[in-house]
Amino acid sequence: MEKELWKGNEAIAEAAIRAGCNCFFGYPITPQSEVPEYMSVHLPEAGGVFVQSESEVAAINMVYGAAGAGMRAMTSSSSPGISLKQEGISYLAGAELPCVIVNCMRGGPGLGTIQPSQGDYFQATRGGGNGDYRTVVLAPSNVQETVDFVQQAFDIADQYRNPVIVVCDGLIGQMMEPIEWHPVPKRNLPPKDWAACGRRDRDHHNVINSLYMDPEECDRHNLHLEEKYAQIQANETRWEAVHCDDAEIVITAYGTPARIALTALETLRAEGIKVGLFRPITLWPFPEKALHELAGAAHVRAFLDVEMSSSGQMLDDVRLAVEGQKPVHYLGHAGGVMPTVEEMVESVKRLEKEVK
Amino acid sequence: MAIVYQKSAGLTDSELHYCPGCNHGIIHKLVAESLVELGLLDDAIGVCPVGCSVFAYNYFSCDMLEAAHGRAPAVATGIKRTHPTQAVFTYQGDGDLASIGAAEIVHAAMRGEKFTTIFVNNAIYGMTGGQMAPTTLIGQRATTCQSGRTVEQAGMPIRMAEMLSTLDGCVYAERVCVTDIANINKAKRAIKKAFEKQMNREGFTFVEVLSTCPTNWGMTPIKAVEWLKENMIPYYPLGVIKDTGAEVK
Repeated sequence: MEKELWKGNEAIAEAAIRAGCNCFFGYPITPQSEVPEYMSVHLPEAGGVFVQSESEVAAINMVYGAAGAGMRAMTSSSSPGISLKQEGISYLAGAELPCVIVNCMRGGPGLGTIQPSQGDYFQATRGGGNGDYRTVVLAPSNVQETVDFVQQAFDIADQYRNPVIVVCDGLIGQMMEPIEWHPVPKRNLPPKDWAACGRRDRDHHNVINSLYMDPEECDRHNLHLEEKYAQIQANETRWEAVHCDDAEIVITAYGTPARIALTALETLRAEGIKVGLFRPITLWPFPEKALHELAGAAHVRAFLDVEMSSSGQMLDDVRLAVEGQKPVHYLGHAGGVMPTVEEMVESVKRLEKEVK
Repeated sequence: MAIVYQKSAGLTDSELHYCPGCNHGIIHKLVAESLVELGLLDDAIGVCPVGCSVFAYNYFSCDMLEAAHGRAPAVATGIKRTHPTQAVFTYQGDGDLASIGAAEIVHAAMRGEKFTTIFVNNAIYGMTGGQMAPTTLIGQRATTCQSGRTVEQAGMPIRMAEMLSTLDGCVYAERVCVTDIANINKAKRAIKKAFEKQMNREGFTFVEVLSTCPTNWGMTPIKAVEWLKENMIPYYPLGVIKDTGAEVK
């Protein structure tokens, strides 16, 4: 297959168009503005709808309207803008509407910085809005994975009637890389017979809603959501394990730091140090079971979690999965500073000495 | 035997939850009848707000979406842009539209979104129990201005129809009330005209309906109607505020 050179953000937009995205609603924010820019030109050419909204709040609610009326709807933003979308995401999850949301993460809190960061892990995986809900969170670590995951995200969203968030960071969004356009694995998608798109010959009206005034009914609705989330956990949990079969030290990382870790792995392995990488691809559902089993393996002595976050956010999930079987250490930076290969190599070497 | 009057096919059989003397029931009926008479019901998609009319999705028989507080115009934008030939409307109260959703309604009007907004202005937050709204009149009592609204504390009430009329994208804005048969008939004509102009793809259309809230105003339904006429209409004058021709395409 032919390789093409694409900038991350533009590739995200093109991938969505190829996946049959009907409509995109967005608001400018660095470092993701190329997504709405590309969409404004190319989505109408493909017969779709582009609207630049007055705010991120409006954009996510436009997504709610279009998705509720049966469309493949998408929005993208970066961290502060994603915060503004949380109300809408909660409503989308509550009303069980499929949509794709891209978060090109930058440093925080507040305005923070426009540089790459992973400070939105809690917000993405815990449900940043009100109520008990989950969104599928896909975390690519290069431009190729980003285009693959954006395309798959639409199908996952439609299959489960649930928002899917693709979290990349400013680095992936701004970087140019060669990619191939892979065919999207076929899924059997249910018909959108629930959509509020005009009643026509239907014998009942369709209602898109997240309000359940009767406590028993609201409880049942939440239990129904929980069942769905359990299905997603069973079917969609994804991770990658590199050199984990004999690893004594396992680095846990996702996105850009995972990619940096691959280089550290090469250096360390060349020196005979048994190090591996465990990379969650879905941040929710988190590959808890796989990591728990790995932690139980006799050859594994310790974990080193690496994130673009000051104190570690995925770290909580790593510790929950490891469940105290082995020590979990942390290396991280925030504010757009990236963990370097040298830091990882040094940290692993230090750890290796400690555990021996 | 001939049927001389029946409930509109635009309404379901659900029993309304509104308080005695509340005008929402009449306004629902007018919207439903207008959709039926214009032949738009089967295709129509409505968006209801957060507030007293939050359950409007139970009452209108067309497809409905329930929006987050104030966001109905953004939700309707997403629907109408992807379903440009279908009738789309939002049904919103004054807390929803004039307060928390001010940005959404202004920008939908600015963009000339081709949907119709039915704005029910009863000068108070009804569902949450009678708090001050942006439309609460000076001197009017509410649970968050118990001695009456003052200019010093809360500024002057907002006239949404006039404000939206300043935007070129808004092609039609009329203020009506439903206090008596003559005004009910005028209100229905306004609602139908708004839908007609929407379907002609002229631009954003807006009908503000002054409405009573006997429960939170602390009045009988009859007294509330009198209060509306004596206090609301002088500040919120009835009539067509804007009506551009069909030249805007």
